[in-house]
Amino acid sequence: MLNVEKIREDFPILKRKINNRQLIFLDSASTSQKPNQVIESIKNYYEMHNANPHRSIYQLCDEATQLYEDARKKVAKFINAKPEEIVFVRNTNEAMNLIMHSFALPKLHNPSEIIVSIMEHHANIVPWQLVRKNNGTKLNFIDLNEDGTLNLEQLNNSINRNTKIVSLTHVSNVLGTVNPVKEISKIVHENGSLFIVDGAQSVPHMTIDVHDIGCDFLAFSGHKMLAPMNIGVLYGRKEVLEEMEPFMVGGDMIKEVTTEGVIWNDIPWKFEAGTPNVEGAVGLSAAIDYLEKIGMENVREHEKELTQYALEKLSEVEDVQIYGPTNPEVKGGVVAFNVKGVHSHDVAYILNDFGIAVRSGHHCAMPLMKRLGIQSCARASFYIYNTKEEIDALIEGLEKVKMVFKL
Amino acid sequence: MIKEMYREIILERYKNPVNAGVVEDADVVVKDYNPTCGDVVEIQIKFNNGVVKDIKFQGHGCAISQASTDILIDSVKNKKIGDVIRITSEEFLKTLGIELSPLRLKCALLGLKILKTAVYSYLGAGGEI
Ligand SMILES: Cc1ncc(COP(=O)(O)O)c(C=O)c1O
Repeated sequence: MLNVEKIREDFPILKRKINNRQLIFLDSASTSQKPNQVIESIKNYYEMHNANPHRSIYQLCDEATQLYEDARKKVAKFINAKPEEIVFVRNTNEAMNLIMHSFALPKLHNPSEIIVSIMEHHANIVPWQLVRKNNGTKLNFIDLNEDGTLNLEQLNNSINRNTKIVSLTHVSNVLGTVNPVKEISKIVHENGSLFIVDGAQSVPHMTIDVHDIGCDFLAFSGHKMLAPMNIGVLYGRKEVLEEMEPFMVGGDMIKEVTTEGVIWNDIPWKFEAGTPNVEGAVGLSAAIDYLEKIGMENVREHEKELTQYALEKLSEVEDVQIYGPTNPEVKGGVVAFNVKGVHSHDVAYILNDFGIAVRSGHHCAMPLMKRLGIQSCARASFYIYNTKEEIDALIEGLEKVKMVFKL
Repeated sequence: MIKEMYREIILERYKNPVNAGVVEDADVVVKDYNPTCGDVVEIQIKFNNGVVKDIKFQGHGCAISQASTDILIDSVKNKKIGDVIRITSEEFLKTLGIELSPLRLKCALLGLKILKTAVYSYLGAGGEI
């Protein structure tokens, strides 16, 4: 069990008032709030250690380099990878773009195929559409079952000898569906394809072991797991990374440049051109410390409990339609819904009047919206600092929404 | 603030728009989006002798974007093109009579933005004023 009261004290922003109400932040799937420990780590970095890493031999530079590389080691341990398999990027979007530029565009050509699912975030759709456009590859979308889980049978039927990449989200940012990535990994590898996992909504919320899953790539964003914005991670299996060309070129990613050509640096630095985001890496490191102290199993248990509670309460509200699985065992801390006859943007706007922050719109998952037959939806998402009382407030807020719209 | 914004007329026009539909043989059709909330509005206009003869819209999105477009269309029907061009955002917001936060302004003004684009593209294509 989490001591949520104590955790909340670590998050200064939770004391904010919005429209004279206590902020109720139910949008951690967009970005999480940050605890003092992370904020302080960044402050301390700038007050004590700031220098450009990997560049010089004076002490500060040495310290900044250490901090940056220690953060890499910490991330590696957090997901059970090797440090050289951890490439720092800006976010999940950039990680996918890296795979596209350094792997897919150079290696995939007609009649190669890529498989994704209909529940993907645009970050895991648009890059593969670009590969399709440039290289004439095929892109197949795996559908949902009626209960919002992934149709594994269709995956089994679609995968074939031309399938080079299968790229799936671990947890859907709309439906909350937790996909059985370990099972899928076996299917994908038996077929000799590469397996990419979008971990943006899973790494912040549950124990992740890349060896256990068996994926070739895992992408995630620091800002959704208590760390600052603009630091993200691409895990790539060593053998795969080593065969890839650089993503961006320039400084810090080469061993030697002559007028004739260049020798790339080793992995992972080969993929990190230019001055890196040391402050972000330091913040991510502090965020991982914070999460590990709580224990990822406990994070998951807490969110399961909140999700179960939210599903129960929401299903009691008339005129509310819920999307995605209703079994918390296969659902992350994400609950998407609509109030019948009210656009999600109006729902979110009226909730804001009560200090409640929920996301509305298409959630960068327009193909999924179309599949669900809706234009948009509202979404409440939970993290370590959320409480059942906040869900009660959400339910009360929804009654107000219905009152305003005279439902 | 919420009550003032979701006034009776806004809710009424959102639920039962009077200017929704399509104009057969329209001279211009313009569609645009409000990416923050995913509002979509398409306006279709038929002109005649420099006057807005027929105008309709279709779309989906928040109550403010849809109702304000519906109300806007009321005010430009049978108006001269020259007068339509001169409608300012400030004037239109006064007509709407609601107070809006900066993010919501985009919703309320989406229809007007599309209307102006439509009129200018008609004129640009040689339409008479
Ligand atoms: C499943 C999923 N993938 C990718 C992303 C993109 O993350 P970022 O914006 O940090 O690149 C998100 C964020 O919303 C997400 O939920």
